Amino acid sequence: MDLEITLRVNGATYQLSVDTRTTLLDALRERLGLTGPKKGCDHGQCGACTVLLDGRRVNSCLALAVAHQDARIVTVEGLAEGGDHLHPFQQSFIEHDAFQCGYCTPGQLCSAVGMLREAEDGWPSAVSADLTASHITLDDEEIRERMSGNLCRCAAYANIVPAIREAIQQAQEAQQMQHVGKEAQP
Amino acid sequence: MNPFRYERARDAESAVALLGQEPGGVFLAGGTNLVDHLRLGVRQPDLLVDISHLSFDRIELLPDGGIRIGAMVRNSDLAADRTIRSRYPLLAQALLAGASGQLRNLATTGGNLLQRTRCVYFQDVTRPCNKRVPGSGCPAREGYHRELAILGASEACIATHPSDMAVALVALDAVVRVLGPQGERAIPLTDFYRLPGEEPQRDTVLEHGELLTAVDLPPLPFATRSHYRKVRDRASYAFALVSVAAALDVADGVVRDVRLALGGVAPRPWRATKAEAVLRGAPATGEVFGRAAEAELADAQPLPGNAFKVPLARNVLVRTLLDLIAEEEVQP
Repeated sequence: MDLEITLRVNGATYQLSVDTRTTLLDALRERLGLTGPKKGCDHGQCGACTVLLDGRRVNSCLALAVAHQDARIVTVEGLAEGGDHLHPFQQSFIEHDAFQCGYCTPGQLCSAVGMLREAEDGWPSAVSADLTASHITLDDEEIRERMSGNLCRCAAYANIVPAIREAIQQAQEAQQMQHVGKEAQP
Repeated sequence: MNPFRYERARDAESAVALLGQEPGGVFLAGGTNLVDHLRLGVRQPDLLVDISHLSFDRIELLPDGGIRIGAMVRNSDLAADRTIRSRYPLLAQALLAGASGQLRNLATTGGNLLQRTRCVYFQDVTRPCNKRVPGSGCPAREGYHRELAILGASEACIATHPSDMAVALVALDAVVRVLGPQGERAIPLTDFYRLPGEEPQRDTVLEHGELLTAVDLPPLPFATRSHYRKVRDRASYAFALVSVAAALDVADGVVRDVRLALGGVAPRPWRATKAEAVLRGAPATGEVFGRAAEAELADAQPLPGNAFKVPLARNVLVRTLLDLIAEEEVQP
């Protein structure tokens, strides 16, 4: 049963006809040629298919394409804005050698972007000591818990965690420098 | 995957009407369990009525001091809600203990309550399962049942209910609000879930076409001191072997009131009424907590592969209550 749908992905709008059974993951990969999101388990257990829907990370293998026509979808291909510079997480993954085969990496990157936003919004996690705290410090324990929906069968976690932690620290330091710079102005 | 029609409901009434006309139809909310079932062949609906964009997506204060959670509120939004975090910490903890960040962003309150068991035989269409195909048999008693029930099971089915959130909601005496062809009704969550008996295919008392619209939490002032503790095979992202949701009101060393529920041990989130009865009015000591847990678990009917859950449930229950007393002593 085919339906005409519209998908908004990485800033572009696509019109396509899809079978109602098509998952968002299959629509992205097979119809739009965006093969960044990977099909790992196809059951929502591995996180390789993670994309951002309106800024929130989700498993695209468990989303039906027909049900997400209103959303702004971002895949790993859309993380580097403008295309000239890698997203800080992408750069950090390279610097920390945070992968071996790389199959889980697009999902790890999209998940990390969504995870950072959740923490900035003050969302707690299962390991947050104070459930009502408004500020979250993303230490290794927090990063591991919040990224537990992304499996890496090469077990590159030992490099993924510092890659995420240091990219966040650098971004926060840069922000503070900016802030200090502004205050210094008369 | 079998073909199906897809309809986007305009509002709750039209969603109910659309499904009422189609006996083989189902509602689609977050889809995290349903889409997996479509792919596995566990469910083969003719029609999906998409309710994910409907407007019951708010968390509101009720005049009696309770809280109304819209059925479309996402698990992640509910866990992050400041009122829930401060007034019902066990609920936020239960949500955060479940699934992954990605899944919680899609999964809804209503869908979480209606998710199906993760029993391996239920999810494998090449095997018999009385819950999936009534009368086909159950290989679990003789087969793999490590995750399955020690309380409330039947000859026909020993599946466990997988939700963490529902365990906290059962402890809180939550009430489910439902819209059906005959109008609205409210069902206490403890009556909402059925035990399997001879009809394990029916998890709840919902009739076809009835739509979950909200979950109401009554005010429970002492729930500010509450906790959800989950034991599982991995540190994160795994279903409970045993979990405990507890809220405890202690004054002068005596239990004034208590709410207790167990997860991972029964076909439904298990309100521990026998343990509560032992505790009310009794000294708040580890010895009494142990007796309360043993009273609840006296009816347990473990199998060789899940007998470990009996002492585990006892000890997790005792530890959860001891932690709550310790918290009380720190913050009187």
